[in-house]
Amino acid sequence: MTATAESPTAGEVATMRVELQVLRMNPEGTHERKAGESYWDFFVVEAHPTDRVLDALHKIKWEHDGSLAFRRSCAHGVCGSDAMRINARNRLACKTLLKDLNPARPIKIEPIKGLPVEKDLIVDMEPFFASYREIMPFLMTSGAAPARERLQSPEERARYDDTTKCIMCAACTTACPVFWTDGQYFGPQAIVGAHRFIFDSRDEGQWDRLEVLNDKAGVWKCRTAFNCTEACPRGIEVTKAISEVKKALTTGEI
Amino acid sequence: MTHHEYDVVIVGAGGAGMRAALESSQRSRTAVLTKLYPTRSHTGAAQGGMAAALANVEDDSAEWHVFDTVKGGDYLVDQDAAEILCHEAIDAVLDLEKMGLPFNRTPDGKVDQRRFGGHTRNHGEAAVRRSCYSADRTGHMILQTLYQQCIKQEVEFFNEYYVLDLILDSDPQAAAPGEDVAVAGVVALELSTGEIHTFRAKSVIFATGGAGKVFKTTSNAHTLTGDGMGIALGAGLPLEDMEFFQFHPTGLAGLGILLSEAARGEGGILRNSTGERFMERYAPTIKDLAPRDMVARAMANEVREGRGCGPHKDYVLLDLTHLEPAHIDEKLPDITEFARTYLGVEPYTEPVPVYPTAHYAMGGIPTNVRGEVLRNNTDVVKGLYAAGECACVSVHGANRLGTNSLLDINVFGRRAGIAAAEYAASVSEAPAFPDDADTRVRTMVETLLSTVGGTGTERVADVRRALQETMDRNVQVFRDAGTLEEAKGVVAQLKERYKDVAIHDRGKRFNTDLLEAVELQFLLEIAEVVVEGALERRESRGGHYREDFPTRDDENFLHHTMAYASADGVRLDTKPVVITKYPPMERKY
Ligand SMILES: Cc1cc2nc3c(=O)[nH]c(=O)nc-3n(C[C@H](O)[C@H](O)[C@H](O)COP(=O)(O)OP(=O)(O)OC[C@H]3O[C@@H](n4cnc5c(N)ncnc54)[C@H](O)[C@@H]3O)c2cc1C
Ligand code: SF4
Ligand code: FES
Repeated sequence: MTATAESPTAGEVATMRVELQVLRMNPEGTHERKAGESYWDFFVVEAHPTDRVLDALHKIKWEHDGSLAFRRSCAHGVCGSDAMRINARNRLACKTLLKDLNPARPIKIEPIKGLPVEKDLIVDMEPFFASYREIMPFLMTSGAAPARERLQSPEERARYDDTTKCIMCAACTTACPVFWTDGQYFGPQAIVGAHRFIFDSRDEGQWDRLEVLNDKAGVWKCRTAFNCTEACPRGIEVTKAISEVKKALTTGEI
Repeated sequence: MTHHEYDVVIVGAGGAGMRAALESSQRSRTAVLTKLYPTRSHTGAAQGGMAAALANVEDDSAEWHVFDTVKGGDYLVDQDAAEILCHEAIDAVLDLEKMGLPFNRTPDGKVDQRRFGGHTRNHGEAAVRRSCYSADRTGHMILQTLYQQCIKQEVEFFNEYYVLDLILDSDPQAAAPGEDVAVAGVVALELSTGEIHTFRAKSVIFATGGAGKVFKTTSNAHTLTGDGMGIALGAGLPLEDMEFFQFHPTGLAGLGILLSEAARGEGGILRNSTGERFMERYAPTIKDLAPRDMVARAMANEVREGRGCGPHKDYVLLDLTHLEPAHIDEKLPDITEFARTYLGVEPYTEPVPVYPTAHYAMGGIPTNVRGEVLRNNTDVVKGLYAAGECACVSVHGANRLGTNSLLDINVFGRRAGIAAAEYAASVSEAPAFPDDADTRVRTMVETLLSTVGGTGTERVADVRRALQETMDRNVQVFRDAGTLEEAKGVVAQLKERYKDVAIHDRGKRFNTDLLEAVELQFLLEIAEVVVEGALERRESRGGHYREDFPTRDDENFLHHTMAYASADGVRLDTKPVVITKYPPMERKY
C-alpha cells in the first residue's frame, strides 16, 4: 500500500499545451548567440492548468533545454527566489498558476527589471541587498537587556505586522519606475525593511533609520505609483508603509 | 582556483548556520558558505513554532518537555542531549526575542504559546501550550532575525557557493580507534563563475539542512538534496539513523506543501469520508494532536480501508470550518492562503484535502552534544562540527516532535558555533592543505561537463523522478521487506543509469544544470542508506513502520544505526542509545 495521493484535480483535468516565450541571455554565448546578447526563445510544454509557471519552467529545463537558468527553492512562495516578469507583471513563478494566465497567447517571461542580468532569468541581487543593509535592519536598543523577554502588547505587535512578511523577493523594487531610471534610489523594499523596525515599540533606532531614508536616495524619491503594492506576492501594503514613513519624517511623530 | 584561509568555515546559512555564525564570528575569523542567499534557506518555510517551557500561559516545565521529546522519539532519543535541548530552550527563545524576533504576544505582552502535537502537561495528562510562535511564519521570522543580526555583526557570507567536498587530514575509516583525524577545509564551486574555491580552516561546521528531495511528495524545497550528508558519507564518515524519516500528516494532497500542525493546535480536525473524527479511535486522549508518525499512519490506514475522500478516495480532510475566520486570519494566514492558491479550496467554508508528505530527516551526521562530528561510535573528527537538520545529536530519535527542530537549530547551532571557535583558538594552524585538494571536485565537474553534446543518454530529471517515485511507493509511511528490496534494486539500477547522465549546459557561469546533476548524486547515495537501514531494522519504531514487524523490539533494536559507505556498498553498525531517566515504556496517547 502506498501512501501517495494524486492531486485532487490531477487525473480528471486534461493537460494543456502551453507556449512560453522567454527572454534569454547567455553571458558566455552559444554557437548561435553572441555573449551577452538577449533574445526571445520559444518553448511548448504539456502541463496541467493547475501547474505553476515554475513547473512549466522546470519542464523546459528538465525535458527541453537544461541550460535555461533561473533561481528557485521553496516552490510555494515563501523563499523569494523566483520573482520574474510574467506577462509584463512582476510575480513569483511558483505562486502563479497557468490557469490564471491568458491561454490565448504565449506566456511572456522576462527577468525582473533594473538589476543587471547575469544569465537568462537570473539577475545580480547584490545592489538590492546592499540597499537593505543601508537602512540598518536590526533591532537597536540601549541599556541592559532585561532578564526575560521585552514586553510588547498585541496592539504594539500588530503595528508593524504587515512589513514583517517581506521575503526579499525584489518584486516591488524592480516594479518601481523610479528605481528603473534612478540607480541611486533605495527602492520600496528597503523602506519596507525600515518600516518593520521604525514601528516596532522595542526599537530605539528609529531616528537613525529615518535619517537614512530622508537622504536624497531615500523615501522622497517615491512618486506613489503603487506598482510595488500590486507586485508584492506577500500582499504587503508597500505604498502605505512608505507613506507612514514619509509622515513620520514630516510630523516627527511615530 | 582561488584559495582562502579562515579560522572557521560554516557551510549553510539556514537557522543552524547563522545561529552558529553569530557565535563564531564574535570569536574568530569566520566565513559562511551557502548555496542559497541566506534568506532563501528552508528554515524560512517553517510555520508552527519553536518549543520552550516558558510557562507564559499555563504551568509547564523543561522536564516535562524532556519526557515528551523522549517519548515522542519512541525512546531512540539520546536523553542527555534531550535534557540540554529542553533546558536551553528557554534562553534560546529569549535570545531570539532580544534580537528582535516579533513573537505573537499574550494580552500582558509576553511571548504567546500554543499547543502542538505530542507536547503535554505532566507526562501525558493533556496537551500543553509550549510552542512560541509568530503567526504561521515562525521560521521566516527566525531566518530574518538571524540574518539581520548577521548584518549587524558584519558576518562574511559567500553567497551561491556550493560546497562539494570536505578535506580531512587522513582517511577516517583507515585511522585506528583513538587516532587523530582532523579537518583541513572544504572545496566549493562558485555558481556565478563556475570557479572552484578552496577554503582552508581550523574548524568547519556543516549546517546544510535536510534531504526531503529523495521523496516525490515532500514539504521540502527543491534545494534540500542532502548535500552535507552526502559529502560526509563520501569523506568516509558515518550517517546515523537515516531510516527514520518523518512524514508530516498534513501536506496539501498531491502537492506536499505543508499545512502546519498549528492548524490542529488551533482546533482543526481530521475527518474521513464518513465525516468521522477518526483520530479518536487511534489516540483517545490527545486525538488530532498525537505525534506525527501516529497521525500519518492513521491517515494512510483510513485511506487503505476505503474511507479516503475525493474521486480516488486517496486523501482525508482537514476541517477548519468551525473556526472563526478572524481567528484563522490571525493565527493561520499563510497556510490557508496556500490552500486557496494551490488547491482552490476556501478553508473558511470547505475542508482541505491533505495527505502525509515527506518532511524531516531525523537522522544525519552523528555528533555529540558539543556538535563535534563522530567518525565512529566514540572518536570525533577534530575541528569538524554539524548542526541542524543535517546532523543527528540525537534529540529526535525515531520521530521528531513538532517545534523541536527550530529549537534544535538554535540550541545546537549556537553550541557548534561556540565550540568551533574555541577549538580554532586552541590550535595554531589548520592541517596542511594538500595542493591537489580540489581534484575530486574538478574531476566530477569535468566529467559531467564532458557529457555535453557527448555520449550520455540519461537525463538527470528522469533518474531523479524514478528515484523519488520508488521512494514514495516503497519507503514511505508503510514499509516491509518486499517494498524495501524493490527500492534497493531500483536505487542500484539508478546508480548505474547515473553513470550515463548527460547535462546540456556547456557554460561555466550559473550552470544550474551541472549542479542538479551533482545534487542527484547525493540523493542517490542517501536513498541507498535510508533503504539499507530500513531493511536492517526489523521492528517498528517512530517514523519507521514495518508491516512485517509491526511492534517495537527493544531487545534487538534499541540502538542507533551507523551507516558507512564502503567499496561493497553500505556497511551498517550500531551505536548505544543514551538513557538517563526514562526507561522505554509503551507509547500510548
Ligand atoms: C514547511 C516546513 C515547516 C516546518 N515547520 C517547523 C516548525 O514549525 N517548527 C519546527 O521546529 N520545525 C519546523 N520545520 C523543520 C525545520 O524548519 C527545519 O528542520 C530547519 O529549519 C532546518 O534548518 P537548517 O538550518 O538545518 O537547514 P536549512 O534552513 O534548510 O538551511 C540549509 C542551508 O544549507 C545551505 N546548503 C545546503 N547545501 C549546501 C552546499 N552544498 N553548499 C553550501 N551550502 C549549502 C543552504 O544554502 C541553506 O542555507 C519545518 C520544515 C518545513 C519544510
Ligand atoms: S515587500 Fe513584497 S515585493 Fe517587496 S521584496 Fe518584500 S515580499 Fe517582495
Ligand atoms: S521558489 Fe521560493 S518563492 Fe518561489
